Amino acid sequence: MPHDHHHDHDHTEPPSDLELRVKALESLLVEKGLVNPETLNRIIETYEHKVGPRNGAHVVAKAWTDPEFKQALMDDATEAVASLGYCGRQGEHLEVVENTNDTHNLVVCTLCSCYPWTVLGLPPAWYKSAPYRSRAVSDPRAVLKEFGTQLDEKSTIRTWDSTSEMRYLVLPQRPAGTENWSEQDLQQLVSRNSMIGVELARSPEQKGECDK
Amino acid sequence: MKGGHDLGGQLEMGPINPEPESQEQVFHADWERRVFALTLATGMLGKWNIDESRHARERQDPLTYIQNSYYENWLEGLEKLLLEKGLVSTEELVLAANISSQTTEALSVPTPNLAAKILASGARRTMETDSEALFCIGDRVLVKASETAGHTRAPKYTQGVIGTVAAQLGCHSFPDSNAQGVHEGKQLYRVIFSGSDLWGSHSVGAEVLVDLWEPYLDVVAS
Repeated sequence: MPHDHHHDHDHTEPPSDLELRVKALESLLVEKGLVNPETLNRIIETYEHKVGPRNGAHVVAKAWTDPEFKQALMDDATEAVASLGYCGRQGEHLEVVENTNDTHNLVVCTLCSCYPWTVLGLPPAWYKSAPYRSRAVSDPRAVLKEFGTQLDEKSTIRTWDSTSEMRYLVLPQRPAGTENWSEQDLQQLVSRNSMIGVELARSPEQKGECDK
Repeated sequence: MKGGHDLGGQLEMGPINPEPESQEQVFHADWERRVFALTLATGMLGKWNIDESRHARERQDPLTYIQNSYYENWLEGLEKLLLEKGLVSTEELVLAANISSQTTEALSVPTPNLAAKILASGARRTMETDSEALFCIGDRVLVKASETAGHTRAPKYTQGVIGTVAAQLGCHSFPDSNAQGVHEGKQLYRVIFSGSDLWGSHSVGAEVLVDLWEPYLDVVAS
């Protein structure tokens, strides 16, 4: 291999029309004094590095291990997650929906891309895609299969379409064989996808797949 | 009118092809980062609300909306709002020329610390009201056909279908009015639909829950 870096080779290609258009817009807004460039950087830093699905994994693992917290979470999720320090934009009206042996929950926004930012960060590209937004309501079982998730045929799938400012977080079922696990270890089993509802929480055997 | 954004239940959308969770980046190109931040930062100028912002993205030829990538639609919406609210002129935007450094009004442009504070505090959307909720839990309700040519949050796939009120969610800012710059509250309900009522008898063991405002609904006599 002549060189072994993995990123795309976009540094050797001329910028696209889109890149130029965005650059021009940013320059214009900065020059007109309508945005502060440092503010832009702070906003990006917040959602690229600080607010993300590890927040949600903390909430879920705590709910699995602390019955009092779980009760508070089911009663008023906004307040309960705020007690862990997770609050703000796109999480002002949070509700947690719990998976059980006979009901599985799945979250979508068919009209745009509403998503609980405070606990999951910004949504993945597929969550915002036309196929997911279209099919999560009309064919949820096939959608789950695409993510490799096979449910009991008798279970009910509840799809939550986020049409208002209510935001939904799925509380996945605690995997079997984790009875003596600490909250911290359990967090490793809580994938982002399991909190959207397209997957189940990882099994103990799958732990660490997230690091690969 | 149904726009390209109203995607629930649209056929022929193909596979999802999700990126593996462990490999996915928050942004896939630097321009996406910039569009995201520009949208949030200019939103903090207080010249438009979230429903006007959504409506600006929706007001596109449906095919263009579908073909655009996600942040391209954000960029379309942002440029539209900046023009419509008079923050930039067509000459400045299209020709990148004749930039007038002064805007006509004094706007408060957030510093990084203020922006971080705004993001961390959010803004609740519930409103005080004297009106009582018209519908109760268990009521069967019919979603009316939408008459608005503007912004609405009643998905087409629910219109004309009967569901059951599962929860009263209180008085929330009404998007249809908010998108027109009129801030008013209406009662919001969680309505549960059976898959077979929405999609036919092949949809078994599926339920869809949708948050719908009172003006979207008619009670069905039992």
